Amino acid sequence: MIDSLARETLLEPGGVTDDGLASVLGATFGRGTDGGDCYFQFTSQEGWSLEDGLVKSASFNIERGVGIRVISGDQTGFAYSDEISLPAMLEAGRTARSIASAGQTGSVAVRPGVARETALYLPDDPLGSLDEARKIELLKHMDAVARAADPRVTQVICSLAGGREVVLVLTAEGELVTDVRPLVRMNVQVLAEQGGRRESGSSGGGGRSGYAFFTEEDRAGAYAREAVRQALLNLEAVDAPAGTMKGVLGPGWPGVLLHEAIGHGLEGDFNRKGTSAFAGRIGERVAAPGISIVDDGTLPGRRGSLNVDDEGTITQQTMLIEDGYLRGYMQDRLNGRLSGTRSTGNGRRESYAHLPMPRMTNTYMLPGTTDPGEILASVDRGLYAVNFGGGQVDITSGKFVFSASEAYLIEDGRVTRPVKGAPLIGNGPDVLTRVSMIGNDLELDTGVGTCGKEGQGVPVGVGQPTLRIDGMTVGGTQAA
Amino acid sequence: MILEHARACGASAVQAAVSQNVGLAVTVRRGEVETLEYERDQQMGLIAYFGQSKGSASTTDFSPAALRQTAEAACRIARHTEPDPHAGLPDPDEQARDWPDLQLDHPWDCPADRAIDLARQIEAAGFAVDPRVENSEGASVGTRRKMTFLGDSQGFMGGFRSTRHSISCALVARGAGGMQRDYSYGTSRDPARLPAADAVGCEAAERALRRLDARKVGTQQCPVLFVPEMARSLIGSFARAISGGAQYRKSSFLLDAAGQEVFPGWMHIAEDPLLPGALGSAPFDGEGVRTRARDLIAAGVLQDYILDSYSARRLGLRTTGNAGGARNVSVRPHPGEKGLPELLSDMGTGLLVTEMIGQGVNLVTGDYSRGAAGFWVENGEIAYPVEEITIAGNLRDIYRRIAAVGNDVDLRGNIRTGSILVEAMTVAGD
Repeated sequence: MIDSLARETLLEPGGVTDDGLASVLGATFGRGTDGGDCYFQFTSQEGWSLEDGLVKSASFNIERGVGIRVISGDQTGFAYSDEISLPAMLEAGRTARSIASAGQTGSVAVRPGVARETALYLPDDPLGSLDEARKIELLKHMDAVARAADPRVTQVICSLAGGREVVLVLTAEGELVTDVRPLVRMNVQVLAEQGGRRESGSSGGGGRSGYAFFTEEDRAGAYAREAVRQALLNLEAVDAPAGTMKGVLGPGWPGVLLHEAIGHGLEGDFNRKGTSAFAGRIGERVAAPGISIVDDGTLPGRRGSLNVDDEGTITQQTMLIEDGYLRGYMQDRLNGRLSGTRSTGNGRRESYAHLPMPRMTNTYMLPGTTDPGEILASVDRGLYAVNFGGGQVDITSGKFVFSASEAYLIEDGRVTRPVKGAPLIGNGPDVLTRVSMIGNDLELDTGVGTCGKEGQGVPVGVGQPTLRIDGMTVGGTQAA
Repeated sequence: MILEHARACGASAVQAAVSQNVGLAVTVRRGEVETLEYERDQQMGLIAYFGQSKGSASTTDFSPAALRQTAEAACRIARHTEPDPHAGLPDPDEQARDWPDLQLDHPWDCPADRAIDLARQIEAAGFAVDPRVENSEGASVGTRRKMTFLGDSQGFMGGFRSTRHSISCALVARGAGGMQRDYSYGTSRDPARLPAADAVGCEAAERALRRLDARKVGTQQCPVLFVPEMARSLIGSFARAISGGAQYRKSSFLLDAAGQEVFPGWMHIAEDPLLPGALGSAPFDGEGVRTRARDLIAAGVLQDYILDSYSARRLGLRTTGNAGGARNVSVRPHPGEKGLPELLSDMGTGLLVTEMIGQGVNLVTGDYSRGAAGFWVENGEIAYPVEEITIAGNLRDIYRRIAAVGNDVDLRGNIRTGSILVEAMTVAGD
């Protein structure tokens, strides 16, 4: 069913048949090339937003095209077209193969590739999962919940976004794999005012499903209450401390630590090129005993999950760090082959107009055995950070930052005053060696992450249990 | 045609924007071609108004069926959205009638072979600097030509071509304390104004080398000097805080600040969208409104906001021709004769910031705290490289405590500023 939907959407409008695809493969990937692929994509997405209590604007976008990549050794030629037709593909193929030495024209038969047996999400289009009036109702509900939560709320901005990506990957060897990927997201930002002080709070979530995700268990209302809670908390927050101290990170989204501190450093391209601080360290201890971290593209319905990656490889759970030892990197086909290993199903691209690279899917730490209350009680003086904005890493020096948006002081084992947002900065290869306690409360994030690498954004997930880290540098303004 | 179709669907007013991009990008790594990319993008965006209700749609597919579908989608949405008394096309009197040639279009006849040779030359120059430069993330050469076209149902029609070319290089050096990566780049509308290939390669190498064996510094208050590329982000936060959206949503630390002294009395910041050949220049904004040169800060005082026609109506003001943002925001150097070496000696002892990572700017409160790397400076001389620290303060306070702006103005972006010296910030480290 997914196959026929993909063919109907991507190939049939331009009259492209299997014989036509075979002739493109023959003309593009002859002798002198080491593989590559044609990536067909059709994306339709919409966004609705509410401001001042009114849904005043919305947008609908479509993106359709094919990208052709020709690989020769470690060289890549790439061209794309927003027209999916035989002549356009032959021309893009000719351009992309200009990196390869002259080859021979032949023909490659098109055959089905390996597909995942049980899909991780349904192919239904989220855009049709609610009618227009009910999308507006959902946003108004979010707005009403936020405004009713507290009289200090002065401004509420909500958004609802959904889309579906229909993808067909045809490898140079003629394997054809398809995927149909829904993705929805809601977000809310509130402003609260008290005695002339103005602060904001935000929350949201989503995943690979229809809009019913937000009405089930009233998730939309829960996001609104959470955003208000954060804004009110910020009204009370005191200046954050500055300096190096003990830290406790809460479960869930704080896993962005793993994404920045070690995730990017374990992507196969940086390691093949030797530019990552983790290069050549497989088998070495890089984290404290008890720490195991995986990248897992197979979690049903999660934002970072994929049935197959953007090179047509079935996604998997990849052990990155096991009991503190570095076990493996995340690979796409090119870097896997050049590193003498295989793709781990991490080849991802923003769109047909971008080249695939090794990218994370859902990256998280497995739980330990300690009760989170016991972890907090063990710290005499430190910072308890439970929510974060984004982060960034320099994979070569290993230095990373991630910004706490909700944090508290810990004094004598008790969580006391909330502090203003502040970044935490550290060194990727050693931050996990300073983890001294691992909670039993693994949580995944609510489905809000977008990872940027070389200008390409892709949806990802993170997660972790509560962690105690001995020695984090906190970038506040108050001497600790 | 697309405007007519939207009108036929019942729209009372329509605006359509079309852009087409053609480009080439090559990356060479360790002397070999790594990627060769041919770019060809197009997009059509449409806004339909049904009275005061608005709907938007866009497509990259230019087939007649897709264009029709896009117009219909914008109209369908506008039938569902709620009326907003401030919505609509700009006042036609504000729109540009004719415009000067801003010299933005300088195509570069640079076929793939030549681009590859140039990238090889850039990278080789970097490797030749020092044997400790032992790895590379590649040298790149890119050229792109864009056509922008805008039309609306009240008769505005305008378009222009522009080019942007760039060369860059990122190198990795190894020292006793591990690896450091740094980069250098040049970008311009005119290929004749790009820096020399060798200079870019050498600068990338020297920048990576000088970061080797960096350490932390102690937590303290001290003066901070931002090199121009970093100073740009301080001024970027200012531009965002005075944008119409942040003002009418009351989510700005510079809320209602027009007429207030935001910077020291000697500071001047101007916007000059009509500067010939500059990267931020455009003859009209995203709504066809004419752009014009003006002061944003005069003698330290905020003169005006950065408005499109919607945010202007919300605030009871007139559009400033900034749909799509501010263009060529320029900070006047003061005192005019000082470059980075003079500012280092003015600072005496403190932190020179050459890189920042992470977010950490709260536009609602002005709270500012970011990861940083750079150099510790003693008595006006660079003492040693530092990393894994943060710098923090509140932007209102940081702006008032600017002590000098260097004459080493960086022209590679939409914000044009020299180095900026701030009297004191909190540095967090050991």
